[in-house]
Amino acid sequence: MNKNILLTGVGGQGIVLTSKLIAAAAMEKGYDVMSAETIGMAQKGGSVFSFLRIGEDLHSPMFGEKQADIIIAFEPAEAVRMISYLKDDGFAIVNTRPVMPVTSALKSGNYNAETMLEYLRKNIKNLITVDGENACRETGSPKALNMIMLGSAVKSGVLPFSIEEIIKIMEKTVKPQFAEMNKKALLWA
Amino acid sequence: MHKEFLMGNAAIAMGAIAAGLNLVCGYPGTPSTEVLETAAKNNNGRLYVEWSVNEKAAMELGAGAAYSGARTMVTMKQVGLNVAADPLMSLEYIGIKGGMVIMVADDPGPISSQTEQDTRHFASFPKLPCFDPSTVQEAYEMIQEAFEYSEKYKTPVFFRPTTRVCHGYASINVKDSDEYKTNTPEGFVKDSSKWVIFPRISYNAHMNIEKRNSMLSDIFSEYKRNIITPAENSCRKGIVSHGISYTYVQEALKNNEKPSVMKISTPFPFPEKLALEFMKNLDEVLCIEELDPVIERELIYVCGKYHLNTKILGKLTGNVKTAGENTCDSVYKNIAEFMGWDIPECETPETPPLPARPPVLCAGCPHRASFYAVKTAMKGEKTVFCGDIGCYTLGNAMPLDMVDTCLCMGAGVNIAQGIGKIEPDTKCFSFVGDSTFFASAITGAVNAVYNQADMTLIVLDNSTTAMTGHQPHPGTGKTMMGQIVDKISIENILKGIGLETVETVNPLELEKAVETVKRVSSEKGVKAVIFKSPCAVLIKPESPAVIDENKCINCKKCINSLGCPALVISDGKIKIDGSLCTGCGLCSQVCPVNAIGGEK
Repeated sequence: MNKNILLTGVGGQGIVLTSKLIAAAAMEKGYDVMSAETIGMAQKGGSVFSFLRIGEDLHSPMFGEKQADIIIAFEPAEAVRMISYLKDDGFAIVNTRPVMPVTSALKSGNYNAETMLEYLRKNIKNLITVDGENACRETGSPKALNMIMLGSAVKSGVLPFSIEEIIKIMEKTVKPQFAEMNKKALLWA
Repeated sequence: MHKEFLMGNAAIAMGAIAAGLNLVCGYPGTPSTEVLETAAKNNNGRLYVEWSVNEKAAMELGAGAAYSGARTMVTMKQVGLNVAADPLMSLEYIGIKGGMVIMVADDPGPISSQTEQDTRHFASFPKLPCFDPSTVQEAYEMIQEAFEYSEKYKTPVFFRPTTRVCHGYASINVKDSDEYKTNTPEGFVKDSSKWVIFPRISYNAHMNIEKRNSMLSDIFSEYKRNIITPAENSCRKGIVSHGISYTYVQEALKNNEKPSVMKISTPFPFPEKLALEFMKNLDEVLCIEELDPVIERELIYVCGKYHLNTKILGKLTGNVKTAGENTCDSVYKNIAEFMGWDIPECETPETPPLPARPPVLCAGCPHRASFYAVKTAMKGEKTVFCGDIGCYTLGNAMPLDMVDTCLCMGAGVNIAQGIGKIEPDTKCFSFVGDSTFFASAITGAVNAVYNQADMTLIVLDNSTTAMTGHQPHPGTGKTMMGQIVDKISIENILKGIGLETVETVNPLELEKAVETVKRVSSEKGVKAVIFKSPCAVLIKPESPAVIDENKCINCKKCINSLGCPALVISDGKIKIDGSLCTGCGLCSQVCPVNAIGGEK
């Protein structure tokens, strides 16, 4: 079993934490894990990615183009930015709500989310879109986006563990007061 | 042994602790910072941990500890090594007693550095053995071996991971704490014929270093991490690599025909015999390296020395790109071209234009207010704004546009002095952060005062080392050993070296800040304004500002003069993003119609 996972989005969306959770779940099942992510200046409001690899015979923490079994994109434009890494038959879980660049008020940095989604629909065979804002409202917390995305990714069946296994790990890692909200978000999909 | 999911830098720290580390010191710098922070977090009570004021101080502290038999690690990023070069060059002649590892993180790309300098290359200058790990697991094990070599051969050694090893994570095998080594330092033993550098001593030391390194070249030819993997068939081609690039080579060869591969983990002293053995039956060798063609030049040398006909390809022949970091894809392409494989088409349909997301000063960052105050005060004047290294380098972005120069830590003070000497009619400013001030701007300020410069020094004091993740420094009153100590006052330092005017002002009080800059900068000589306000990330935010839609005339002055990420345009109207706004109040002081206020 080998899985290449790519998480992408904008700094502050909880991508690094999600990546750690997947890693912990994989280790619990006895798999080896490697990951590499953006750290530092780009974190706040910048494009953020996390490469994550699970399985055997791993050498490099990063992988090349057309190697990802699944891309979990927290933002539509960031999904487009990283699409070249997706395998032809790979899955993409994409939050449809855009995050405009922090500099967009200054110049014409705004873009149309629909253009991005149209491109994704046209070019990805296995696309699962998630209305993140709506889902957050339904689960009752704007901070639940990362668990909603992770739950949707698990539901796709690409990741080598069940939603129950992820919930168990989550309960071990997060502060107890957030466990219930996170569980609800993981089960949302 | 047990498994842990560790960041490379954490693995380096835990490996050093397992090797019996007694003292670790350094200066923060991406991608090296987490090594010292992890060591501090896992201090078993036998470890002294210090953020030194700069890398030179750290190197000298480390030398003293190693003279006394302590196992010592000094951490820094590659440009920090330049600061520490003076003590290091001499230290190699003197040698050490306790194992001393100089952990220097290189940054191909560069991702967050000024230069793409290569510490493997640097190693050959002071003639220091250098270790270059490829993975997180290897970094954990290799740092322990580095201590052994250092102690055995009485020399400091380099340990140089790159960003992707430092910041990569992996589930690795680590020792249980009862498997750790302990080292009890003997203490300093006086011997002026050993610890005092003199020309006569240096001559002998130089002879010994050359002899030792020639011996180490042989020993490293047998080192288990310098490996040759023979070709699967009679292929007469070979690939040489190192560091993270070696893992990209392994990935590229996974499902393909395999040429001979050599991994070099000790670029200096170069394992010459191993290289000779490797090239004996090869027609062509491709060198996949990041940063400088260090191995490539060594192989060319070996070919010349032993009259081999092997053709050496790499950066010097244009087969591998000469700058930037390698990737799985770039390495695959290099190897495919070398081996004559088909390169699969990997074309992605052209994407719609993607938004750029450049790094910006945070919402509520006091640096924004400081820059804006100086900009407003100096409107219409002929000015130069010399910046420095830190978050505030981001003051160069529009609309602030307040950084005209930036070179290296602390350089801004004397660059401003230099421009002023050639252009006396220009008002010269130097902006320096508090941590950078302590690290290397004090000497510059003394120089400016002594040599009668005419300039204004602006100290941006946010009471932390923000850029690298909020490390304490001499002005914060805290140490890495958890002590609460006297804060060293920047104001007193400046007054002590002879500045007559040193004014401290809160930049978020805009009117007062502007007035202060106007008044102070009109004086002759060297004078200073200290803008004092804590880093916005470290304080509890005030309630966010709100815009009174009835008053707002949509002039966009707030957006166009401040560029704060909390100021957004939504449906053609200016709005404040309450999730980002810290309530710093700067925009309400800029608004010409008083439309921005506190929460209703």
